[in-house]
Formats: sequence, structure tokens, C-alpha cells
Amino acid sequence: MAPSSPAFVHAGRLSWQRARIEAFAGYLFISPWLIGFFAWTAIPMLYSIVLSVQETDLLTPAKFVGLGNYAALTADRLFWKSLGNTAYFSFFSVFLGLLGSLTLAFLMNARIPGIKLYRTIYYLPAILPAAPVALLWRMIFNPEQGIANIILKSLHLPPQGWIYSEKLAMPCLIVMSLWGIGSSLMIYLAGLQGIPKELYEAAQIDGAGWWPRVRSITLPMLSPTIFFNLIMGIIGSFQVFTASFVLTNGGPNFATLTYVLYLYNNAFRYFKFGFAAASAWVLFFIILALTAAVFRSSPAWVYYESELR
Amino acid sequence: MTRSDRGISGLASNLPALPGYRHNTGPKWWQTRRARNIAGRALLYLVLTIGSVVFILPFFYMVNMALSTPGAIGKYPMDWIPKPLMLSNFVKGWVAYYNFTKFLRNTIYITTLGTLGTLASCVLVAYGFGRLRFPGRDVWFIVLLSTMMLPSQVTLVPKYVIFARLHWVNTYKPLIVPAFFGSAFYIFLLRQFFMTLPRDLDDAARIDGCGYVGILTRILLPLCKPAAVAVVVFSFVDLWSDFFGPLIYLNDPEKWTLVLGVTSLVTAISHSFIHMGYVMAVNTLIVIPVLVIYFWAQSYFIEGITLTGVRG
Repeated sequence: MAPSSPAFVHAGRLSWQRARIEAFAGYLFISPWLIGFFAWTAIPMLYSIVLSVQETDLLTPAKFVGLGNYAALTADRLFWKSLGNTAYFSFFSVFLGLLGSLTLAFLMNARIPGIKLYRTIYYLPAILPAAPVALLWRMIFNPEQGIANIILKSLHLPPQGWIYSEKLAMPCLIVMSLWGIGSSLMIYLAGLQGIPKELYEAAQIDGAGWWPRVRSITLPMLSPTIFFNLIMGIIGSFQVFTASFVLTNGGPNFATLTYVLYLYNNAFRYFKFGFAAASAWVLFFIILALTAAVFRSSPAWVYYESELR
Repeated sequence: MTRSDRGISGLASNLPALPGYRHNTGPKWWQTRRARNIAGRALLYLVLTIGSVVFILPFFYMVNMALSTPGAIGKYPMDWIPKPLMLSNFVKGWVAYYNFTKFLRNTIYITTLGTLGTLASCVLVAYGFGRLRFPGRDVWFIVLLSTMMLPSQVTLVPKYVIFARLHWVNTYKPLIVPAFFGSAFYIFLLRQFFMTLPRDLDDAARIDGCGYVGILTRILLPLCKPAAVAVVVFSFVDLWSDFFGPLIYLNDPEKWTLVLGVTSLVTAISHSFIHMGYVMAVNTLIVIPVLVIYFWAQSYFIEGITLTGVRG
């Protein structure tokens, strides 16, 4: 067909026009998010850079301090303390959460009657409001009245200080976070159910036992899901706030002062907005570095089906 | 199986049974596959049940405290069912220090408007990303996905400063207005759902003279009801549960939400007329709507999770 034939030109113009209309409509439809992206994300991010080099409490005029906030941050004992606490919390809550939800997902992948009830029970705590949950655990771990010490007493074990003990407060926070493993459990369960049955059937014919099947089928096929949950878990656990704010408010003696709680105190208790903005950027780069590290480790242990094909 | 395969046991079957001689030389009953399956299942049920009890115990303890007299909390041994059953805690705790009816009204206001705004804006944006072709679409979609990974603290302080300059602090605007501009997770969820619907639907509707809005509202929306319900459920629960937003933006106790109210009630416990039973009763009442929604819409929660692989 000759490209200059009138029919082609006509059709081409029509479809070109339609594409233009569609492009216009497309931008119109996404415009709420696009405006929101600039208003609540892009502009605040740029503004945050400006704030982080200022000293400002919103009442007195802002003062330019250059990298002074960052320097002050590294000189602050509580900065390092909260960073260490958060790393401690993150490591154990992510690691134990992964272990627990993966184990439960393996158990619950069985097609047995009543499994729906168990699914309901294990997922339930994950969707509950964080602050009321923390309030409840605050009572559970109350040394004088809480059920944790009542249970210890009935087992003839010595009562503990729990959230009032510098050593045990952080483990309490971690245990509380493990109550919410239901959502990653659901993601693992969906991942397990997505593994083609033929693979297991083939392995069974080859006489592979339970562990070889897990090691060479289940774990590789599930590794992208594990990878994903690991990333989301790290990002989420570095941002823990409500749990530590309500359970212990950072105490005793800053033992549960998490990084975002530290940030919150600087911004909304001491009104050091520039300082808090600087600490938010430090958090951003820490999370970015951790995520990048997990990503870089992924070729060694995450299996993508397309690699073989 | 041939006769010779049976070997010695085949021969043995012809012999008269001798005392002390076991006729059946096959696997013992507990070694059979059936028995092992039953034992495996019993063990599975046992482990899952113990785990469930551990998971339910905190709930049980919350309701137990909510129904206890002040003296009964922390008593050893503990009464599994409190005596007397203090149902009055639920009424008295509600009004003892704060008026929680006011907090309930505030929470419903924020939750309803926020959910409506989220649903409306996210459906529009998801339709744009999922069904229309325009230059730059994929780039913007990647930007949208990366905002999901962005720690919200990075924009927290500047947003607060901006809202403070706009005199929005101590109003509901910072909690409600952003909802009308879409939320990355829900847009992603709806877009994934839109992608599963056949394109022929759009084309057929277009031939029949439907515009983009008509295609969305008349053809696609009725079909994406499950995803829309998931968004409503997630969004409602998130706004109902939100602690951080109300904490930093609502200073005036008149404007507080339920969650903010109950965490403050616990600090008022030093007053002699408040006790833990009241706090836990109110705490239980705040959790109940979430539980009801969860039981009613459980399949939507799970669908939302499996569709996106993320929970909000």
C-alpha cells in the first residue's frame, strides 16, 4: 500500500487525533495523583532539603546553618542510641517474623478442614489499630498487674520488670510486633499456593523426600516472595513509631527510643524542625542503603523462573 | 502381583498359624500410610491450635480486663471469667473522663470523608494508568510505585510546616484533603484489577458511543466491585486506626479521634475515678468495628494482599 494514499492519510490522522485525545484524557484521569504527588511528595521533599540546612522553630525567623544539623546529629548521643535500638528491633522483628510467618505458612498450606479458621485467627492481630494494640500489650507487660507476670507466677518463675526493665523493654516491643506477622503470613501462603503442583508430582515420582522437595522446589519458588517481604519488613521496621510511643514512650532510660520516635521528639516536642528534617534524610539514606544491600545480595539467593527459559 | 512375588509370605499363608507367629508381615498398623497421615494431621492441628491460643490470649485478656473490677485486675490467681462481670465499665469508661461520643463523631467524620475521597480519586487514577495509553505513562507509574517505598518521615516535617503556614494545623484538613489526591497503594491495587479485565469491553463500549467516563462508570466499575470494596475496607480501617496523623495535627481535645482519646485516657489513670477496666473497655469498643469489618470482608482483605503482595 502506498503511504500517500488518501485513505491511509485519513485513517492515520484519525488515529493520531484519537491518540491525542486519549493522551489528554489519560493525564486528566491521573491528574489527582499527579497534583498530589507534587503537593504532598515532590515539593515537600525539596523543601525538606532546604529545612535540613536551617535552624527553625516556625516562630522565630529561620537561620541558615549549612550542614550544622547533620554535624549536631552525629554529635548527639541519642541519635546513636536510637539508631542502635532501631537496628536491634529491626533485626529481630524482621528475622523472627520471617521465620515465624514462613513456618506457619508451611503448616497452613495443607488442605485440611478448618484451615480457614486458623487463617482468620492468625491474620486478625495484623489488621488491628496499632495504638490500642500497644495499649493492651502495655497492660500485658505491666510488672504489677499484667498477665505476663501472672503466667510466670503460676509456673513458679520469678516475676520480671518487662517494659520497666532496660534489658527486657526492647524484647517486649519485638514480641508485640510478632503478634502482627499475619500479613506476611498471608503473602507467603499466597506464594506457596502459586507454586505449580506438577513440580511436586515430578519430584515425588523421582522419589524425592520432604526436605529435598522443600529445598529444591519450595524455597527457590518462594524466594521472590521472601525477598519482597524482607525488603518491606526492613523498610517498615525502621519506621516503627506508634508501638514504642504507646508501649514505653522510648523508656526506660531510652532503651526503646526508636529512630522515628527520636525524630518525633525533636520536631514536635523540642520544635527543632530543621534538625528533625535532617534526621529524616539520614533515615532515608539508611533505608536506601539497606534496601540496596538486600537487592545486591538477591542474585545469590532469589530465583526467578525466567532465568532458565 | 504374581504368586512368586509374594515369596516367603505367600508360602507362609498356606501354613497353619503357629502360636506366636505373626501372620501379617507387612507394615505395622502405625506404619501404614493412612495412620501416618492421621498422626501427621493430628500433630498439625495440635501445633496450629496451640499457636491460635497464644494469638487469641491477648484479646481474651483485654476483654477480661474490660469486664473486671479495679481490684480483680492483676489478681493472682486470675479469674478467667471475672466475678462480678462489670458490664458497666463499657458505659462508665465511655464518659468517665472524656466524652468518647464526641471522639466517635470526629472519627466517623474523618473516616467517611477520607474513604470517599480515596475511593473516588484512586478509581480515576487507576483507570488512567490501567486502561489508557499516553506518553510518559509507564514512567509516571514507576514514580508512583517508588513513592510507596519512600519513608513517610522524609515528607513529614516539611508537610507539617506547610500545613502550619496554611493554618491547617488543628483542623481536619491535613487528614482529609490529601485523601482526595489518591494513594499509591490503592491506585496500584485497582490498576492491577483493571488490568485483568478484557480490553474488548472498552472497545465494544466505545463503538456503542461511550466516552471514557461512561466506560469507567458503566462498564468497568460494576466489574471491579471486589477491588473497590477492598479499597474501601483498607482505607476505612487505616483512617479509623490512624494514630500519628491525629497526634501531630489535632491539638484541641475537642477534635480528637477515638484512638487518640484512649491513649490519653490511660494517662489519666492516676485519677481515682478512672481504672484500667474503663480503659480496656473503651479500647475493646474501638477495636470492635475493625473486627466486624474484618469478619465481614475477610476475603477482600486477602484478595487485596494477594493481588498486590503488599498490605497498605
